[in-house]
Amino acid sequence: MRVLKSLLLVLVISTYSYNGTAAERSHELLSPGWSFKGFFGKFDRASLQRGYQVYTEVCAACHSMKYLSYRNLSEAGGPEFSVEQAKIIASQFELTDGPNSDGEMFTRVARLSDNFVGPYENIQAATAANGGAYPPDMSVLVKARKGGADYIYSLLLGYEEAPEGISLDDGVYYNKYMAGNKIKMSNPLSEGIVTYIDGTEATEDQMARDVTSFLAWAAEPHLEARHKIGFRAIVYLIIMTVLVYFSMKKLWSRIESKI
Amino acid sequence: MSEEKKTNRRDFIFTASYALGAVGVGAAVWPLVDQMNPDASVKALASTEVDISGVEVGQSITVLWRGKPVFIRRRTSEEIAKAKDVKIDDLPHPETDEDRAKNPEWLVMLGVCTHLGCVPLGDKGEYGGWFCPCHGSHYDTSGRIRKGPAPTNMEVPKYEFVDSNTIKIG
Amino acid sequence: MSDHNYTPKSKFGKWFNDRLPLLSLANHLTDYPTPKNLNYWWTFGGILTFCLITQIVTGLILAMHYIAHADLAFESVEHIMRNVNYGWLIRYVHANGASMFFLAVYIHIFRSLYYGSYKSPREIIWILGMIIYILMMAAAFMGYVLPWGQMSFWGATVITNLFSAIPLVGESIVTWLWGGYSVDNPTLTRFFSLHYLIPFLILGLVVLHIWALHVPGNNNPIGIDLKKPSNDTVPFHPYIVVKDLFALLLFLIVFAFFVFYSPNILGHADNYIEANPLVTPAHIVPEWYLLPFYAILRSVPDKLLGVVAMFAAIFVLVILPWLDTSKVRSAIFRPLYKQFYWFLVADVLILGYVGAMPAEGLYLLVARIATAYYFLHFLVILPVLGLKEKTLEVPLSLTEPVLGGSPNEAMARSKKEIS
Repeated sequence: MRVLKSLLLVLVISTYSYNGTAAERSHELLSPGWSFKGFFGKFDRASLQRGYQVYTEVCAACHSMKYLSYRNLSEAGGPEFSVEQAKIIASQFELTDGPNSDGEMFTRVARLSDNFVGPYENIQAATAANGGAYPPDMSVLVKARKGGADYIYSLLLGYEEAPEGISLDDGVYYNKYMAGNKIKMSNPLSEGIVTYIDGTEATEDQMARDVTSFLAWAAEPHLEARHKIGFRAIVYLIIMTVLVYFSMKKLWSRIESKI
Repeated sequence: MSEEKKTNRRDFIFTASYALGAVGVGAAVWPLVDQMNPDASVKALASTEVDISGVEVGQSITVLWRGKPVFIRRRTSEEIAKAKDVKIDDLPHPETDEDRAKNPEWLVMLGVCTHLGCVPLGDKGEYGGWFCPCHGSHYDTSGRIRKGPAPTNMEVPKYEFVDSNTIKIG
Repeated sequence: MSDHNYTPKSKFGKWFNDRLPLLSLANHLTDYPTPKNLNYWWTFGGILTFCLITQIVTGLILAMHYIAHADLAFESVEHIMRNVNYGWLIRYVHANGASMFFLAVYIHIFRSLYYGSYKSPREIIWILGMIIYILMMAAAFMGYVLPWGQMSFWGATVITNLFSAIPLVGESIVTWLWGGYSVDNPTLTRFFSLHYLIPFLILGLVVLHIWALHVPGNNNPIGIDLKKPSNDTVPFHPYIVVKDLFALLLFLIVFAFFVFYSPNILGHADNYIEANPLVTPAHIVPEWYLLPFYAILRSVPDKLLGVVAMFAAIFVLVILPWLDTSKVRSAIFRPLYKQFYWFLVADVLILGYVGAMPAEGLYLLVARIATAYYFLHFLVILPVLGLKEKTLEVPLSLTEPVLGGSPNEAMARSKKEIS
């Protein structure tokens, strides 16, 4: 009986630790140790700000981020640019608004309340401009990939020469973390492609780390609030549980004494 | 241990459980209530810019701000004179025209009757201003209530002239 | 119900109660004699009530912000997650709440299986419970479609296509379910409507489930009929209430860990990709709580028979009170049944595991064996066991086993230490 029960336990644990795509990927994902993981996990503001710079100077050429708006950049728990900085960032973009009172569409400068302006009009245009591969919207990309931040980080650093025996078509690249190892995005990062405003040295690893942090925040903008509230909620629940336990003991003592 | 002490401790545990329980329930209910307040995207739409270059003297335009109509009227000199030529003490809701229109040529106000929220009609009513068809409130050329059930003048929102052709409301 | 003779103390109370006996009902619920030897496996009834209410309340709120339209659903969920005040919290509670609901219901069902709570005179309670369970699965499935991610879309496509296995009319039924020639906006809006409706049906059935429970009273770990009220029972309030509350708080700690620290671990990453009718995700896997049935479905090579097997797996549970021929309720006094019970638990867990794996090679073989054993357990082992098994002697009252080491005895002892 006991053997059977421990067998069950092993089964349960192995079911939960099952990783559906483990078989596809031949490589263990890289993990640089994220500041936003764990009980008190928080984003590194400077890294998020640098990450925004990488996104906007490199990724945004092809990838939209349609669920974010410029005001988010100055909100608590994010990169926390000042409102003025966020306004300046927004003012660098133009979008089509309207119709005006004459019934015509017009172009205007973006405001804080506007969503991020994307590089393409629609998915079809994005697909056509990128050799038939749609560059996915990055708003929730970290949550939309198994492995999350580790996966995005690994992918960015996973470009290699294709091993012998693997032939690649034009516009297809070899990446050891991509499912099937073939990816239509060329290696986006190269040393010094971005000149960080804060003077940090723009190594590939640094940029991958920063932009992944930024994407992790973008996918889960309330992560810090969630961790904070969660910790309080759990502490509260534990105290409450102890109190109710003793209340229960007291109450039941009346009953048992009758026996 | 004495009987009395035992009772005290029992009471303490029950009282503490109830009190802490009430705190917890309150904390859990707050998000359920707060979710009905304006969300972050709604709050972000607080201001709107209006191009007034095409508005002639004696004309008015209506624009939408926070889901409500805003009347922007370029008043004639007669209207301004009429608005200024009023004894403040006679008004149900005393406000000077200067307080309501920083630039007397332009009157900017929420086009919402302060009675029950209908939109008043322009160039109507006994005072040459606005008239609310719902319950018969008369407003003058400064948007002040003169007659009828509405309790206060039509509200002037926060606005500023960005340049001579643009008003920013909010 | 044995308390028709309750009279409220106040004059107004009496006046009101004569016209609408709510106070009698409240009195019945608080005084309801409950076996005092119920262990913590019995607290899941209260936990499930909590889960249902939580799902209804958070669901109502989400419906205030969600937009049931193929073009806007995904975006509106992101709007909830980003802009609505505490929207992320409410959505994560609702999404993880579904999993916690199923976790609790499985424990509740397996408790019933272990202690024979489905047996006479509690067959109706059991059948009502099974209907609730089936409705829960329907609600969960349709709810999973609403965010309109890739898993939503393809899950809906695959599950609705099950009905195409029905001979002759299958295709017409599927078209009817979709309201078109594929899963699309009409499908989404009707799923939303039904997803909103089902919880209230469940709520009604829960009332009946509890009503039916209060006629014979609770089963208990030793499965004997208790005289009530007696020394063997305690009033529901405050004794059972406080115990249920304690268990609920422990459950909430687990719940909170999921909501605040791993809110997406039970979901699937692909559901954060907006639905795309042109691309199917590499692995289509239902939510964990449906995996055993999914494994049964896939283990049968024939389309129609697979669907039949899956529905039969639920149906054998419905007729379980008549498949189990043993007069003894609790597994405590059924040494052989106890063994087979744990085999069944293992079997269902194995089914769940292979349900998450690709249906090929060894996994498929294991799934077939586990499926066969599942039906063997209910259709052969249980009926035969009831007739052949030599059961242990069942005591006549609670007093004996209580002294023999039930949780309550431990409680009694620690109380002595405190005072």
